[in-house]
Amino acid sequence: MSVIALDHAALGVGGRTVLRDVSCAIAPGEFIGVLGPNGAGKTTLFRAILGLIRPLAGSIRVFGRAPRRGDAAIGYLPQVRTLLPDLRVRGVDFIASSVRGERWGLPVHPRPERKVVAETLAAIGAEELAERPLADMSGGERQRLLLAQALLGEPKLLLLDEPLISLDQRHQESAVELVRGFVRERGITVLFSAHELNQLIGALDRVLYLGNGQAALGTVAEVMTAPVLSRLYDARIEVVRADGHIFVLSRGRNVERSDHQHDHSHGDAHAHHHHDHRHA
Amino acid sequence: MPTITTTIAMLEYDFMRNAFAAAGVAAVVSGLVGYFLVLRGQTFAGHALGHIGFAGATGAALIGMAPVWGLVGFTVAAGIAIGWLGERISGRDVAIGVVLALALGFGLLFLHYYTAFAAQATALLFGNVLAVDPFTILALIGLGVVTLAALAAIMRPLLFLTLQPELAEAKGVPVRFVSTAFMAIVALAVSESAQIVGVLLVFALMVGPPATAQRLVTGLWSGMILSAALALAEAWLGIAMAYATDWPVSFCIALLSALGYCLSRGNWPARRSAAAQG
Ligand SMILES: Nc1ncnc2c1ncn2[C@@H]1O[C@H](COP(=O)(O)OP(=O)(O)OP(=O)(O)O)[C@@H](O)[C@H]1O
Ligand SMILES: [Mg+2]
Repeated sequence: MSVIALDHAALGVGGRTVLRDVSCAIAPGEFIGVLGPNGAGKTTLFRAILGLIRPLAGSIRVFGRAPRRGDAAIGYLPQVRTLLPDLRVRGVDFIASSVRGERWGLPVHPRPERKVVAETLAAIGAEELAERPLADMSGGERQRLLLAQALLGEPKLLLLDEPLISLDQRHQESAVELVRGFVRERGITVLFSAHELNQLIGALDRVLYLGNGQAALGTVAEVMTAPVLSRLYDARIEVVRADGHIFVLSRGRNVERSDHQHDHSHGDAHAHHHHDHRHA
Repeated sequence: MPTITTTIAMLEYDFMRNAFAAAGVAAVVSGLVGYFLVLRGQTFAGHALGHIGFAGATGAALIGMAPVWGLVGFTVAAGIAIGWLGERISGRDVAIGVVLALALGFGLLFLHYYTAFAAQATALLFGNVLAVDPFTILALIGLGVVTLAALAAIMRPLLFLTLQPELAEAKGVPVRFVSTAFMAIVALAVSESAQIVGVLLVFALMVGPPATAQRLVTGLWSGMILSAALALAEAWLGIAMAYATDWPVSFCIALLSALGYCLSRGNWPARRSAAAQG
């Protein structure tokens, strides 16, 4: 049985259809890289899987049933991570707040829950962040903490929405590595969205490429081809393979990258997206 | 500062005992509710609720009602309205600011038509804890119990929502209900605090102590307890200081609150090394 199954699903937000007629199935334990330009619908797809929005047409099934909000089997790292600027709360309290945080009453956590938090922090090598207030952490350290929390509570499905934002090249690699190790041991299914395939190429099983209201699911060899991507970008696309990397080019410009085209060291390049490079 | 003998002498007066009791109740409630207000970065909304309460109190007086019910009714209604505006509406503070100014304007208008209330208006604006009667103390206790019970009921989802709004929504926290309920709780705490230090100085009890506590400790429970303890200490010391100096009580409390916060912001060597050890 597939973990996620979309059957002629149409998804939209605010009266706009973002994805039309998407059908695909994701098997247990798969590591799926979710790619596509800004506004392609990656976040929208995640929100639909979480049951936060309903499909406009067709159906979505998660674990064989209609998605429902608050499913404990799904770990989620949101893309928009509103963080109060001067949050003087310890990392461990920050994480613990999400452990059955939707229940009423006082935020007291019995010993087993605290142990799970500590173990997850340890699993991701973030123990030293437990006692530090969030306001004193760097962007990358916070990111690591948020990743730890998505892994909390034995999820069967992980939805990680651009977890590599604001990480430098080295930390991007270690984050992907870490998620890969964590899910492989436990047979967890992952949807990992990113802006560039090369960040994930060593870890993923299949690619879900979104664009132009459509989706293509398949192995790297199947999806990363000129015809498929030309359809998704609605432009003439060239796919260039070099040195184990794959570059998606349109009129000689790399459409997956933003302004710093040839500069690998800019981990925060995604912080300032450019929308329509293909017309540039 | 008062010595033990003056402390005993001070407590021989009924009005002083009443003042300590009333300030104690309001300070603990304000310190606990204020902790979340500061954590959520909604102090401005708390400030606005005080002003809105002023219009409510003067309006109630104008139509012959007890001002305190106007205060409570108006702040709670306004709190629910602010909560309903949602978690992250852009321009929310602007909207609150406009309503705040309008509310103070209305308060002035009501006063204009009810000049006999002018003396009480000063008490409302700046507090008059030395004049509280036993009935007010009972009302403060009753209101305080309701406020803290409500806070305890929503504290867990409130904390989750505060720290991680997007995730809380995905995990099934009823976002709008929790944020609205919290603003209603803040409104009750503002009403309590206004009885002691007045609507213009509610910050002294609701923001100063929690902000100080959050700078001193990073634990959740230790922060809440310290916040309530600081509010209580500042309120009581403020009254004692007023007794000794003849300065207004609200000034003394506001002064201690500001002093505590300033001291906590200093980068003391002891704290630096404590922070380094984690
Ligand atoms: N609340 C909203 N109201 C109206 N339109 C929205 C809303 N949220 C998203 N959209 C639109 O839906 C489309 C898909 O957005 P989505 O966030 O899913 O894209 P994405 O693939 O995650 O992009 P990014 O790479 O920038 O994160 C966009 O065109 C966006 O403008
Ligand atoms: Mg997105």
